Amino acid sequence: MSVDQKFLEKKSLEYRRTIVEIIYNSGAGHTGGSLSCIDILNVLYNSILEITPNNFTTIERNNYIHSKGHSVEALYTVLCDVGFFKKEDLKTLNAFDSHFIGHPTRKVSGVEHNTGALGHGLSVAVGLALAKKKDKSKKKVFALLGDGELSEGSVWEACTSASKYQLDNLIVVVDRNHLQITGKTEDVNPIEPLDEKFKSFGFDVEFVNGNNIIELLEIFQKVPFTAEKPSAIIANTIKGCGISFIENEISWHHKVPTDEEYKKAIIELDGKLSKYE
Amino acid sequence: MNNIGKPNLEIFADTLLDQAKINQDILVVTSDSRGSGKLVNFGKELPDQIIEVGIAEQNLVGISAGLSAGGKKVFGVSPASFLTARSIEQIKNDICYSNQPVVLVGISAGISYGQLGSTHHSIHDFASLRTFNNISIVAPADNLEASEVIKASVGYDKPLYIRYGKKPMMNIHSPGTNFQIGKAITVSEGEDITLVSSGETVQRAVLAGEILKTKGINPTIISMHTIKPFDKDIFIKMAKKSKVLISIEEHSIYGGLGEQCANIIAQNKINLDFKILGIPDEYIVNGSQADVLDHYNMSPEKIAALSALMLG
Repeated sequence: MSVDQKFLEKKSLEYRRTIVEIIYNSGAGHTGGSLSCIDILNVLYNSILEITPNNFTTIERNNYIHSKGHSVEALYTVLCDVGFFKKEDLKTLNAFDSHFIGHPTRKVSGVEHNTGALGHGLSVAVGLALAKKKDKSKKKVFALLGDGELSEGSVWEACTSASKYQLDNLIVVVDRNHLQITGKTEDVNPIEPLDEKFKSFGFDVEFVNGNNIIELLEIFQKVPFTAEKPSAIIANTIKGCGISFIENEISWHHKVPTDEEYKKAIIELDGKLSKYE
Repeated sequence: MNNIGKPNLEIFADTLLDQAKINQDILVVTSDSRGSGKLVNFGKELPDQIIEVGIAEQNLVGISAGLSAGGKKVFGVSPASFLTARSIEQIKNDICYSNQPVVLVGISAGISYGQLGSTHHSIHDFASLRTFNNISIVAPADNLEASEVIKASVGYDKPLYIRYGKKPMMNIHSPGTNFQIGKAITVSEGEDITLVSSGETVQRAVLAGEILKTKGINPTIISMHTIKPFDKDIFIKMAKKSKVLISIEEHSIYGGLGEQCANIIAQNKINLDFKILGIPDEYIVNGSQADVLDHYNMSPEKIAALSALMLG
């Protein structure tokens, strides 16, 4: 096991602990989706993006758009850890007059764009990627989309422009956890064959286990997959990943743990964490 | 008799081209709308500064927001009817809430597309956008306003919506008239009656004023080019010295200029006889922009007659 892998795997467990903790304490949050995408955010912010509080206000850097805005607890947790604000601030999640509201807002340091209404983030990411092309910058734009979000037509409008303008500096990551608030994505409104869809819109597509640190590190180091083409990474994930009784349970889309469930989740995560001591 | 200028849309396109030639960070985003936006020439002269998204207004607004976040000064240009309805959520979230100082240009606004029907009319844009925090709304009246607002918009640090019509407009203001976003222009100052208007109906107010003058009535005429932020100071000053006030707009009578005036009158102890002229809540009559405005009592003759009647 490489140092990087061990370091990041431990972080993922710590992040999961924070996610459950802040959702439990604030009494609201999107537990399942935050747990499915946290490994992706972990690898991006700690190994790929090089976005720091110091360079955040500059233009010449990589960008990250959190289009699946409801999974905000994952984003706040990672931004906190990479130094954008103190852990104390996170405790105000959902409190009256707190900046830490239930969807990403630029009032919180480190958040690039206000999201929450679905199907918006990819167009914004296309605009950012286009601006970088105009500036002849080599930096990249990453956008994380939920799989339920892909029913929004505006996502596919954005794909047409990404392809037209040959945005090989744009990387779309789909958190493919197969569940949305009503049920399975394929029952609610089928989006398969997803790889073929992205390919037909001009993307080069690869699959990854989105809860596997090593696979994520490898895939993000490979982008763009093809010059002059935007990249799509379909990250197969488990909704609620890392806490056994939450995994793949539809009800945990935005369920808050009870006292008992919270204790159970922390015991499970601490047990896994102890192996990294 | 009156000095007729160019369509405001042409002035917009010419001014924007001039500005973009000296500032490479100015980018235009169109949705198969460069022809209607008079931007064909812009596309030929500055091909690297125009982005074409096809018929996809939501994408146009989202991409504009992203380009702006990437440090560009962006003009998103699309028919007002689609721009401010189809992509309203992108305007709300990606522009206003995210505070991207994009200039959204609604072309062929109001009932410029007269006979094309309600799908192509934008008589809702003031009302819907007024409820969004953090966006300014401008409807230029004549060529001077049409040009000055573009020059002002380049350095404007907030989201901005500007609507333009297609028909040649009367030159109302003399060259050199001071224009500022948020500051109404008093076209003429009279007594007893005030006509407040925005955009392409201002020339109708001015022509009504000429009719009134032949009857010995001198109206105050205000071009309220900025719907938001509304110039309360000038409005209250003129309203307080008037017995009669009429608002005239190429917009629904709900939620636009007239209701903004009513709001201020009602909350500032202003006593006067007040009437809102605009498009009523009904299936709109078919016709050209001029015919429709005339039909809904906004011809200069009808505005003058109403003014005289209200003055008693």
